[in-house]
Amino acid sequence: MVDNAPKLSVRNLSVRYGDKQALNGISLDVFPNEIFGIIGPANSGKTSFLRALNRMEEFDPNMTVEGDILFEGQDITAIRNVYALRRKVGVVFPLPVGLPMSIYENVAFAPKLGGIKKKAELDEIVERCLIRAALWDEVKDRLNALGSLLSGGQQQRLTIARALSQNPELLLLDEFSIAVDPVTTMRIEDVLKELKEEITIVLVTNLVQQARRLADRTAFFLESELVETAETEELFSGVVKDQRTRDYVEGRFG
Amino acid sequence: MSLFVRTELDEHNRRVEWLVKTLFLLMTVLLIIPVALIMGILIQRGAPVLSWGFLTEVPTNGMTAGGIFTALIGTVWIVAVALLASVPIGVAAAVYLSEYAPDNWLTRAINLAIINLAGVPSIVHALFGLGAFVVFFGFGRSILAASLTLAVMTLPIVIVATRESLQAVPHAFREACWNMGATRWQTIRRVVLPNSISGILTGVILEVSRTAGETAPIMFTGAAAFLPFLPQGVLDQTMAMSLHLYVVSTQVPDVPDALPFGVALVLISMVLVMNATSIAFRIYLRNKRKW
Repeated sequence: MVDNAPKLSVRNLSVRYGDKQALNGISLDVFPNEIFGIIGPANSGKTSFLRALNRMEEFDPNMTVEGDILFEGQDITAIRNVYALRRKVGVVFPLPVGLPMSIYENVAFAPKLGGIKKKAELDEIVERCLIRAALWDEVKDRLNALGSLLSGGQQQRLTIARALSQNPELLLLDEFSIAVDPVTTMRIEDVLKELKEEITIVLVTNLVQQARRLADRTAFFLESELVETAETEELFSGVVKDQRTRDYVEGRFG
Repeated sequence: MSLFVRTELDEHNRRVEWLVKTLFLLMTVLLIIPVALIMGILIQRGAPVLSWGFLTEVPTNGMTAGGIFTALIGTVWIVAVALLASVPIGVAAAVYLSEYAPDNWLTRAINLAIINLAGVPSIVHALFGLGAFVVFFGFGRSILAASLTLAVMTLPIVIVATRESLQAVPHAFREACWNMGATRWQTIRRVVLPNSISGILTGVILEVSRTAGETAPIMFTGAAAFLPFLPQGVLDQTMAMSLHLYVVSTQVPDVPDALPFGVALVLISMVLVMNATSIAFRIYLRNKRKW
């Protein structure tokens, strides 16, 4: 895996909200078809990292981003067509957001924005994405029901189906299991393991064990800095460069 | 037993609770008394003149007899033209302020201006309309000038109602759309507007009630005390319910006592019907609420 060119290269990335430094000069690479885990305590800059990847500063006048983000070698921090970027990048938020429209429309939304109009084609995308998000069996008989009225766990899988509907090359997940029951969490984790055959996944998680179960490599963020990046197994077997990483992984703070 | 015995403090709290509740109930009752009195007197004294003919005949005998047809239709004209002007402008401004405008001094100044616009007395709007629309733009005393004056006056209602209902749509919906590569406009059109339409319409109906009832702004700009015919276009003058009420109550001698009450009753019924429609519509849409 590591012999490929990186899917994502981040160099000296800093994020600020007003005067508040959220991320301070981090550099890392994410390779194709891996699950890249990011762990760290609250306010360590994990979410800001994901926001920067999707150019969310466009929508937050308070947010400033410095440094380089290379997506397949191309710097995205200066591109004008952020919409094309966001179509290549799927995002799943901590709290599930079912849009106030039908289940079908939730998943067909992004393809429609992308110009797909044929009903048959949309049907196919909706079914495929819902199957991949492990939600199809539960909703196939009520695709016209409101997406926002599903249970939390179902809505989160709907969010994942929606993120997949735009055929992303990169999937960003931000603490997706916060509002989801353990059984659903395990189902989604299985989904992610299958998905990485096709796409690259960045998984921000507050659950250290979730990173251990899923991530090929894991980065540890602390107080806006990247402490270290390592193969997940090494990180958890104690082969770490920094004592703080060991302390966090073993639950001594955080 | 003794676990749940009332202490001195519990007794005190209970008395205060009762006092507060009763006091507030009294205030509420006080509030309805004028409304009930107005409606009661209007119905009692105005109902006898009401008839189909009252609504469909033109005023005769120096407005001391006949109906109110020309005034009724005139009010419909004025309200319709005012809405055509103010709703598109108001909704567009609210969408800009809520969805696009950066939070800077200009935006804050605009917001302040809107609040101030809402506080300007209607007679000042009337004089503004006279200067701007009647004289400067040369519309003359006409439905167009009167309606534009009313539109300016009621813009804050539409803008504030629209902006508030836009902002009631959770921000997370917008972020979800943006993250899928939707532009701001796509997000507004597909998600934000469809879910705030009930609030916007409530604002519009409030505006209709206000527009139908205003007198001063149209008196100088396009409403005539008496015209024997209906307006043929927006550059004609017209009669209007509110001004007609003012005229038959104070300006014309020998008006039958019941006539002004009848006019007022029709006017207030129009407004009440529109408010009721708004409430019914809101309930209908709230039941369809999607999150």
